[in-house]
Amino acid sequence: MPKLNELTAKETVEKIHKKEATAEECVLSVFERIHRLDDKVHAFVTLAEEEALRKAREIDEKVSKGKPLGRLAGVPVAVKDNICTKEIRTTCSSRMLEFFVPPYDADVIEKIKMEDAVIVGKTNMDEFAMGSSTETSYFGTTHNPWDLSRVPGGSSGGSAAAIVVDESILAFGSDTGGSIRCPASYCSVVGIKPTYGLVSRYGLIAYANSLEQIGPMARNVYDCALFLSVIAGYDPKDSTSVKIEPKDYTKFLRNDVTGFKIGLPTEFFGEGTSESIKKQVWRAIHKLEELGASCEETSLPTLEYALATYYIVAMSEASSNLARYDGLRYGYRIDRDDADWSTVYSKNRQTGFGAEVRRRIILGTYALSAGYYDKYYLKALKIRTLIRKDFEQAFKKFDVLIGPTMPIPPFKIGEKIQDPLALYMCDVDTVSANLAGLPAISIPCGFADDLPIGMQILAPPLREDLLLQVSYAFEQNTTYKDRKPSLK
Amino acid sequence: MGSAIQNRILIGLEIHTQLTSLKTKLFCSCSSDYRGKDPNMLVCPVCFGIPGALPVLNKKAVEFAVMAAIALNCKISKRMFFFRKNYYYPDMPKNFQISQYDRAGGVPLAVDGFLHIDVKRKRKKIRISRVHLEEDPGRLVHLGPIDQSPYTLVDYNRAGIALLEVVTDPDLNSPKEARIFLQKLRSILEHLEIFDGGLEGAMRCDANISIAGGTRVEVKNISSFKEVERALSFEIMRQKDLVEKGLAVERETRHWDETRRITLTLRTKEEEHDYRYFPELDLVPIVITNDFIEGVKDQMPELPEARIQRFITTYNIPQYNAEVLVSDKALADFFERCVKLYNKPKEIGNWMMSDLLRYLYENNLELPESKITPEHLVEMIRLIDDGVISGKIGKKVLPEIILTGRLPMQIIEEEGLVKVTSRETLEKIVDRVFAENPKAVEDALTDEKTVHFLVGQLMKETKGKADPQLANQIIRERLEIIKAKGRP
Amino acid sequence: MKRRHLSKKEVEHIAWLAHIELSKEEKELFIEQFNDILDYFKKIDKVDTEEVQPTYHVLDLMNVYREDKASPSLPIEEALKNAPKKEKKFLKAPRIV
Repeated sequence: MPKLNELTAKETVEKIHKKEATAEECVLSVFERIHRLDDKVHAFVTLAEEEALRKAREIDEKVSKGKPLGRLAGVPVAVKDNICTKEIRTTCSSRMLEFFVPPYDADVIEKIKMEDAVIVGKTNMDEFAMGSSTETSYFGTTHNPWDLSRVPGGSSGGSAAAIVVDESILAFGSDTGGSIRCPASYCSVVGIKPTYGLVSRYGLIAYANSLEQIGPMARNVYDCALFLSVIAGYDPKDSTSVKIEPKDYTKFLRNDVTGFKIGLPTEFFGEGTSESIKKQVWRAIHKLEELGASCEETSLPTLEYALATYYIVAMSEASSNLARYDGLRYGYRIDRDDADWSTVYSKNRQTGFGAEVRRRIILGTYALSAGYYDKYYLKALKIRTLIRKDFEQAFKKFDVLIGPTMPIPPFKIGEKIQDPLALYMCDVDTVSANLAGLPAISIPCGFADDLPIGMQILAPPLREDLLLQVSYAFEQNTTYKDRKPSLK
Repeated sequence: MGSAIQNRILIGLEIHTQLTSLKTKLFCSCSSDYRGKDPNMLVCPVCFGIPGALPVLNKKAVEFAVMAAIALNCKISKRMFFFRKNYYYPDMPKNFQISQYDRAGGVPLAVDGFLHIDVKRKRKKIRISRVHLEEDPGRLVHLGPIDQSPYTLVDYNRAGIALLEVVTDPDLNSPKEARIFLQKLRSILEHLEIFDGGLEGAMRCDANISIAGGTRVEVKNISSFKEVERALSFEIMRQKDLVEKGLAVERETRHWDETRRITLTLRTKEEEHDYRYFPELDLVPIVITNDFIEGVKDQMPELPEARIQRFITTYNIPQYNAEVLVSDKALADFFERCVKLYNKPKEIGNWMMSDLLRYLYENNLELPESKITPEHLVEMIRLIDDGVISGKIGKKVLPEIILTGRLPMQIIEEEGLVKVTSRETLEKIVDRVFAENPKAVEDALTDEKTVHFLVGQLMKETKGKADPQLANQIIRERLEIIKAKGRP
Repeated sequence: MKRRHLSKKEVEHIAWLAHIELSKEEKELFIEQFNDILDYFKKIDKVDTEEVQPTYHVLDLMNVYREDKASPSLPIEEALKNAPKKEKKFLKAPRIV
């Protein structure tokens, strides 16, 4: 029989409803796992054990009194450390925010609390979500549970690692250029980057605000759909929140792709893509064909420029979003009383931010500065239009688009960190969804040399249902989700 | 100041006006009623720049801004968005200010307006290049002068208050014109009921000044309407001084030091900010339809020009009086409330124009800062009309009312200022005066001037309270009797 | 040879704009890395965007407002709890000049 921390969210809720387990037992099982394993994986930056147990007991009391329970009753949730949690330290894995305790909850946190979820702790990430390997964390890197010498992907590396080793059942990620999908792929979990505007960004510490979304990460498609149903929805505190009725995304999980038209953009299978990945993703595509979908190669020529466009937009926005970290209201402050404000600010930001964050801020500042705005930022926004149009065209013909999530398998810790541009190249297939605001999912689609491979599916805006249906059908007819890393 | 040079002084103003009638800040629901509050009492995640918080635009602020733009004869933009103006300063919670911009694809809320001002009875058109909305920064408290303070105290209660920025072309040619323009602008905004200029710091401005076609210097931190003339005069003097010494006026930004009454270099041209304006994508575009504009027009109260005309026709007061009264909405309102209580517009106008305004001006007070109410003034005028006090006593009583807010009747009674109208009392006093001045009485029989002397003596004895007509009458009667009787 | 997009002087100026102090060694390293990255960005120059409108928002939302109704602010101790330096109820910033 599986241990409580190995259950799915769906099973956990059922067990608690049926009084076969208490929320406290579920939470304890998760913490037992964390205490045994997290020294090796290092998925968490902060644990919220006391708060979690208190919440679990509240839920158990509700159960015993027969009060109605939320949709995530007793389900442990790990929260990426760039999502504000009231009274729980929120660091963005940065020295800058090492001691920052938000005075408010992000909208998604309010939403899961309403549904009786239990927050386990805050997960490790690339500093301010800038990276694809979780190596830029001030608190040390997270290790890939499939091979501890390798990166778990990023920036939501801690979240992906935590759920694949059963240190949590669900986890929040955030995705600015692939930060949910990349670690989902590298750790063999399911992660959705929702349509821009579907999930409130209120309380998500901004890196590149026109690109990013909070999204669900889970061990299977059903849990991801359930989690998305809870966190999606209009929020008046976020002006970019789309006003649509809440949906139950689990309703779209049909084991059927008959008649689905699937496009395969050749740009996703470009020369930088490793053969083992191409091979495995093609096997997955054939599987979908077997299940009744029709697949056809297609081309979105402007995707070639997506990566450069993404980095220009993201860095530009970051330079402004991260300006507020000056050490005055919160954050790292040097102990110097003799210097003027400008010197103190510059030193705080030198020491409080890691190298990658400083690089992106400085380059972003350059891209917005007098004389360069048109050349970089404005030009990038125009290419963004072309990329959107390419997608619009493609979706006239196809229901969804499919390709590999990552061009290369999980790489060794330290292998790329000295070469920023090489690391940026890893995002080549994920950034276009962010530029166009589209929903995208990464699901496990096999292994090569015992390292997981993820398949990315993209759909038109607000068509998360399509992503989920294809993913669910694929998952139901394959066994990749059942394979576990052999960490003890 | 010679007029030749005066004509070559060019002043452009950038006026920041708080929309004081709003109940909340521009992008969050914190109360805007920050004056007199403890520091940092009125802040929330949004206006304090806490990571993850997002702005949501105050609808009323847009309505008010559109209203102002209509009154300033501007063209209102149909579609616009907000920009981030990026620069670091401790009064900035996010180190960018959400503002509007007229380049990089941006348009301000309104452009191309104008306002007429009257200078020496001549009408002059001052062009307004743009009007837009932005957020107010926080407040810095220095310990002594800014350049000697060992550290800076920061209060963000003001941060995020809605500001209307009005920018003029350099059409003003003297500090006095600048003041007149500000007065006019203030009156208009007050008539729209979106602004109260009596509140400290509610209208502040920066000025661009150049003389004799020379270099333009920007003076910042002119913190009130009363300071503008002073600051500009100083700066003009400084520039002239340089020119006379054969030195160049440097292109720079200077700071007006209100206590020392000088301008100081804030930053030189080399240190000029590169604001890196780019769109604020946490907010969505504003589209202003004709319906919206019509809706605003329907709510628009009477504007000053119309009110002046109405004062002239309805109350039959001189144009000059009407203009002076309407130049300050508080005065005009006071006047109309008085007239409502006592339908004597001419007398009320005269009392306000002469004694009331003189007193306020001499004591550097604004009407709302004084204690006088329309009820006070009307009661006083009634007392004069009813013959209870003389006009002369009225002039004495008025400052007392303004200062203390005591009722006219109370002052008169407590200080024994009621006109002596009793024949019996006056006859007794006349007896005494005649007894004490036998020589004068003898002369008065033949000399009219000495009659006046006797009346004067009587008024002296009664401290001016004697009913002058009655006093005259009694004295003349007495003299007639003496004449008739022959020598006493 | 690779084109140098950014000189040392420019990097110093931008770092100053961004209020980030750089050590001597890091400046050298960053200049190299920046030039590599900017070299990669050059590829967008090829795209013809003459007639293209920029995408600021992927959304079609407009006129999102809130009503002018006040709600409680943060308790002052909550607002100031993360501030490294404060004096009474003020934040304490370094001197201005």
